[in-house]
Amino acid sequence: MIEISHLNKTFALKEGVVDAVHDVSLTIQDGDIYGVIGYSGAGKSTLVRCLNLLEMPDSGTLQINKTGPLTMENGKVYYGANKTPMREKQLNQMRRSIGMIFQHFNLLDRSTVFDNIAYPLKYSGMSRADIRTRVFELLELVDLMDKKDAYPSQLSGGQKQRVAIARALANRPKVLLSDEATSALDPEATESILSLLRSLNEKLGLTIVLITHEMAVIKAICRHVAVMEEGRVVETGNVYDVFAHPKENITRRFVASANALSRVDKLLKDDSQLVSVGKGETLIRMTFSKDSVGDAVISQISRDFNVSLNIVLASVEVLEGAPLGGMVSIIKGDPKDVTNALNWLKDHFVEVEVLKRG
Amino acid sequence: MAEFLEGIMPNVVAYQSRFITSLQQTVEMMVKSGILAFIIGLAFGVILTVCRKGGIRPNIVLYQLINIFVNLFRSIPFIILLIFLIPLTRAMVGTAIGVKGALVPLVFGCVPFYTRQVEAALASVDEGKVEAARSMGSGTLGLIFRVYLHEAVPDLIRVTTITIISLIGLTTMAGAVGAGGIGSFAINYGQNQNHQDIVNVCVLILLVFVCVLQFLGSFLARKTTNRGLFRKNHQ
Repeated sequence: MIEISHLNKTFALKEGVVDAVHDVSLTIQDGDIYGVIGYSGAGKSTLVRCLNLLEMPDSGTLQINKTGPLTMENGKVYYGANKTPMREKQLNQMRRSIGMIFQHFNLLDRSTVFDNIAYPLKYSGMSRADIRTRVFELLELVDLMDKKDAYPSQLSGGQKQRVAIARALANRPKVLLSDEATSALDPEATESILSLLRSLNEKLGLTIVLITHEMAVIKAICRHVAVMEEGRVVETGNVYDVFAHPKENITRRFVASANALSRVDKLLKDDSQLVSVGKGETLIRMTFSKDSVGDAVISQISRDFNVSLNIVLASVEVLEGAPLGGMVSIIKGDPKDVTNALNWLKDHFVEVEVLKRG
Repeated sequence: MAEFLEGIMPNVVAYQSRFITSLQQTVEMMVKSGILAFIIGLAFGVILTVCRKGGIRPNIVLYQLINIFVNLFRSIPFIILLIFLIPLTRAMVGTAIGVKGALVPLVFGCVPFYTRQVEAALASVDEGKVEAARSMGSGTLGLIFRVYLHEAVPDLIRVTTITIISLIGLTTMAGAVGAGGIGSFAINYGQNQNHQDIVNVCVLILLVFVCVLQFLGSFLARKTTNRGLFRKNHQ
């Protein structure tokens, strides 16, 4: 389990002091895939660097697996209940138990794939033969056996990230930190890296903390998510709940970014023909959730309330195995019938938002 | 052969033992001061990289000490440095003349230049690689040797080549403190005695020196890009 509590990190810049991470508390269960999403500058990168103390937090406590609890005060780190100052060596020891991968892979260009993966194993007291066996295991794990003598410049982005993952796992960490690991990859490579991460999570019980600015990544593999804005965590929970019922504005923006329905706002703004409503017509946005999708609500209301529905946009996706989505449509009929229909929808767990009345 | 050489450069042949000695002096100065400057400059360059603000072991005092030393000695023209350092040289090696006396100013003249070059070569190592190595638990020494120096090898070879070539230029001035070498041979036996063939041969010799070094440097830099200097086999 990873427990972060009241973590703070500020940077003193010329323009003033920046709260990169402000009073962040999070609990991440073992074996979870935990996403942290936020726009650039939200502090998510700093937060993840605080977990392996690449960035020394100003204050807060941190417990990862059995290491710790670590207490940070005035940019110094102490371990245990009686707050013993932590030495450089212990810090390095602790970092070895946490793997990390990066947006730009950060492989050594002058080393082969083999040597890159062997990097964390060398000078750790392991024999050459044991290192070789372990590297071969890892090459097998990330499916790059045939590239062991290649140099990073000879690999594709996806392959480089696989090497980086193998390297990060060399010391058998229980936790893997991923700092925008798919942001520099094309969609296909992104998909393959994400499925590799998912399978590592399942096979090795690896806890993965990943930060990203892409909703698609969160939707693809995360079980829990924290939304960050200006150094603060503004919303947490399991991915479905957070994105089905976003409470904060920023969360809504992320949901919209990955949702075809958000296009209606642009259409409205541009006064498009598609969303023009005549007399007696109402433009509505319906959002379905776990309990409502699947019911034939559309045909039911058009039958029972004598209204007609013209679908403008529709999108339903599957999040954690449950459908989530919605529809933008123009509803037409007697005003009383329309009101009744909308009320009925609300009673059946469909969120209804009136965008425009004719 | 001997007759042919005597025909085109009579004075070089006449002074051939002096000429050979001069060559030996130049090589000796280059090798000795080169090795010293290489070690000190590399160490200084590493210290500047590691101790700078935001480096892996920030240490403003050590950084500024070396920084000021480098700036100070880089701004003194070498011929002035030669005579300026005479008291120090005498204190350090017991004499201020001859090859031995030239070594100290040569090192002082070369180290600041080389330090800056090494610093630039190390600065070209991507910070991300350093961060990744830190995340894998590498300590300061690991970061220096396994990341900075390891990744910068081709660049270090390039800057070392440039430095050695500029060192040749410095050794030719060492004649001013009686260290001999090709430079003083060209002036004393060539220019002063109006033997143009001696000057020409000296130019030619230096040209060959520079060409060979540059070729070797470029070759090694190319060879070490993307591969280990000595390739290991994991079969």
